[in-house]
Amino acid sequence: MNADKVLDAKGLACPMPIVKTRKQMKEMESGQVLEILATDKGAKADLVAWAKSGGHEMLDSREDSDVFTFWIKKG
Amino acid sequence: MTVTAMTASEVAKKVVNDQPLFILDVRNGDAFADWKIEGGNIQYLNTPYFDLLDGVEEVVSELPTDRDILVVCAKEGSSIMVAEMLSEEGVQAAYLQGGMKAWSEHLEPVKVGELSNGGELYQFVRLGKGCLSYMVISEGEAAVVDATRMANIFLDFAQEKGATIKHVFDTHLHADHISGGRAIAEATGATYYLPPKDAEGVVFEYAALENGLEVAIGNSKLEIEAVYSPGHTIGSTSFIVDSKYLLTGDILFIDSIGRPDLAGLAEDWVGDLRESLYSRYQDLANELIVLPAHFMIIDELNEDGSVAKKLGDLFKENHGLNISDEQEFRDMVTKNLPPQPNAYQDIRKTNMGQITPDDEIQREMEIGPNRCAVR
Repeated sequence: MNADKVLDAKGLACPMPIVKTRKQMKEMESGQVLEILATDKGAKADLVAWAKSGGHEMLDSREDSDVFTFWIKKG
Repeated sequence: MTVTAMTASEVAKKVVNDQPLFILDVRNGDAFADWKIEGGNIQYLNTPYFDLLDGVEEVVSELPTDRDILVVCAKEGSSIMVAEMLSEEGVQAAYLQGGMKAWSEHLEPVKVGELSNGGELYQFVRLGKGCLSYMVISEGEAAVVDATRMANIFLDFAQEKGATIKHVFDTHLHADHISGGRAIAEATGATYYLPPKDAEGVVFEYAALENGLEVAIGNSKLEIEAVYSPGHTIGSTSFIVDSKYLLTGDILFIDSIGRPDLAGLAEDWVGDLRESLYSRYQDLANELIVLPAHFMIIDELNEDGSVAKKLGDLFKENHGLNISDEQEFRDMVTKNLPPQPNAYQDIRKTNMGQITPDDEIQREMEIGPNRCAVR
């Protein structure tokens, strides 16, 4: 999937993946896609809930050998 | 600014003593709805940490000033952040050390009774998950029943009591939590018993736990007797300890009964469950004190924090023991069941020794409530 920006949040524990995602998202335009890489197991449920409450769209997610990848479209 | 930590043990004392506490749970809404710290005198507010990143002003007005405030999250990171933000706003709040993971693993040992010749029976209450384990101690020897994954707690407790663990039992192959039985047996050289009918997929050596098995603890032959009582699983076995206590495993709880579906055979096992509850248990003395392997709600705790009640009282009060119509009973235990425990199939495989996940993954597998009962 094509992303406008990539955020590497691997190795970061909660709450940092969301804190960084949020910061990056603020600098992006509506409709742009952010790709996020994370290893924190709680990141998935939290990113889904965060995207929903912020009006963003979780386009897809994937898990590959302990690394989660998410694609979120800014709302 | 520094904020103070509250340990799972301190929270457990508050729950058992029914002391007031206000919990600001900053996990996401689904996680909070699924599983939280339960207590009779706890008030809650659930606001996810990611909604507080711009500031905590909006929750400050909702926090009480007359009771302790505890910020809770999954592992502690976010709760420290929120507690620090509250502190900057002049609100004194502690965070739960280790988060819900630590809460899930905390065990509170409660003495449930004196046995013959100075023996003692302890119940280990896992408040965060509703699991109950047991240790019978007599004359320097001990037996452990339904131990949880945190094997060291049992090993340390036995050592503190000057007892050597000789026998380790699991009443059945657990589906909601990872058993510490095998690890305790390996560390002490004790015999590890499992019901053979539950153990067909087990890949390690074990001793057969079968109906009528009698084991003596200590010189005075304090006895533990096995009573086959299938239904939650096909091998489920209860124990009578010192002719006084009935350890029911996941067959009978205080305010509910076991569910027959966690090994995928609800229709086959419902008849066994009925026979165990309505026939085998009916033949036992009403004076026996029932000690189950779980509780579901905090109301099932006695004032001293133990979970125990006379069998005779349960025959009168437990709804699951008072359904005369067999079809109605069948429907209750096979239809409208609560969701199955988190990762229950992998937990069963781990307990059979088929897979050996690392500690971190084992912890994740056990997240959430136990859900072994139907009401």
